[in-house]
Amino acid sequence: MASSNEDTGIGLWNRRNFLVTSVVSSMSITFLDQSPANAAPAATPDLRAPYATTIDVNGQRYHLAIDVRTTLLDALRDHIGLTGSKKGCDHGQCGACTVMVNDRRVLSCLTLVATLEGRNVTTIEGLSQADGTLHPMQQAFIDHDAFQCGYCTPGQIVSAVACVKEGHAETDADIREYMSGNLCRCAAYPNIVDAIKQAKTKMKEA
Amino acid sequence: MQPFQFSRVGDLQSAYSAFCAADEGADEAHSRSQYLAGGTTLIDLMKLGVMRPDRVVNINDLDQTNAGRIEFAGNRLRLGALARMSTVADHPDVRRDFPVIAESLQLAASAQIRNMASLGGNVLQRTRCSYFRDTSYSNCNKREPGSGCAALDGINRGHAVLGISERCIATYPGDFAQALIALDAQVEVMGRKGPRELPLANLHRQPGQTPHLETTLGPGELITAFRITRAPFTRRSLFLKVRDRQSYEFALASAAVAIDLDRDTVKQARIALGGVATVPWRAHEAEASLKNRRLDETAMSRAADLAFADARPREHNAFKIELGKRTLIRALRQAAAMEI
Repeated sequence: MASSNEDTGIGLWNRRNFLVTSVVSSMSITFLDQSPANAAPAATPDLRAPYATTIDVNGQRYHLAIDVRTTLLDALRDHIGLTGSKKGCDHGQCGACTVMVNDRRVLSCLTLVATLEGRNVTTIEGLSQADGTLHPMQQAFIDHDAFQCGYCTPGQIVSAVACVKEGHAETDADIREYMSGNLCRCAAYPNIVDAIKQAKTKMKEA
Repeated sequence: MQPFQFSRVGDLQSAYSAFCAADEGADEAHSRSQYLAGGTTLIDLMKLGVMRPDRVVNINDLDQTNAGRIEFAGNRLRLGALARMSTVADHPDVRRDFPVIAESLQLAASAQIRNMASLGGNVLQRTRCSYFRDTSYSNCNKREPGSGCAALDGINRGHAVLGISERCIATYPGDFAQALIALDAQVEVMGRKGPRELPLANLHRQPGQTPHLETTLGPGELITAFRITRAPFTRRSLFLKVRDRQSYEFALASAAVAIDLDRDTVKQARIALGGVATVPWRAHEAEASLKNRRLDETAMSRAADLAFADARPREHNAFKIELGKRTLIRALRQAAAMEI
């Protein structure tokens, strides 16, 4: 199996579980399809043959056999079942797909998963504690109503955590400048700045 | 995105070999291989179908070699081409002694993109011309040599007024290269004949009759570092960028300036312009006009006029001439007021 999904419970049949299960089922079919190609060596390389790679996401290792064109964002959402990271523009212009690689925030839509072997990925799902306690930044976004529709929020929160850790959240102006890569079409920007200031204090105390 | 062969390399020689393996017989304009560093230009353009390499060589592991390091010894700063934009922008030595470099990087793109993008890739980033990026326009001499230029009579508000030709008016989109060209940076390159170096001023080509040839790099040649020497003007230097929104946007006009002032008299000035030209643009005549002059409003105006003397606007971008002049004047005024 190319990915694990322990949180799929029979009794909790919701949209996400349905999607995760569908993805895993379709992947098994993909594997069956590809076994003949592996057996017969071709003179010219088969560019559509699966590329085997390993990535570490939120402390868990995943062995993937994927099309080498797969971005980290598509791998997370479609192959691993972590749908928190969102696809907005898919061209590096909106920030909804922001994750951390080796503790640096990056755009998962412009990152090929094949380039990540040996690197650690942290997504929005990896921020809260095992007992469900929210990360101070997640709590701050709730406390300050720092979203309306919520679509950009996972990217905003991951980006904001990195922004604080980088030391680029010292002033309101800094926060606005260093968060400019995360667009919010609901324009919750003033509340996002407030949330980051609250979380910054909490993160320093922790 | 078109399928491609993918390889991962850990040293320069393997990178060059992997690149050339898929590239036999290809001329420099139709290289079938591409190096992949941060991917912020390449993956974007591959998704758009503008770039369609058969082989992608992942060179990100080279950031563990000296191609990824920042070294400052004596008066010489060496920036490895695999160093990320954000790392260099935040580097204390760069911020103190070469503020124009730190600012050009910090004002570019977003925090996420600056964490990904390498210096080498940044300098080689492709134009944002919407006719180049949109393959539904069949006429783009950069994409398809000889097909024409949709921008000449299209919506060309963002296009260049300096260094243009009747075949292409696409703006060079970067910021960092303007800082480099202003400071006379050298580029270290690795290629078939081993390492070589060239001035950054000789790296980019104006479009002329061949807009598809953007640089003087040969097939498989890889930028490994940029070298800048500290000079009397490097501390009094800054990057000013004017754009449609305050952050995360390409320049409509920008100026990289560095001046050596003796009280209010200019001993030496270095000026480069961005957002207005087809390549990183050094304004030599403007620099010469300031030498040994008092840096007053008259001198700055004259320098700005000289910088744009050869500007040729199209229908929607004439505003860039006045905007570019004012940007340069404001940059000079701010540089003169810097405390160093």
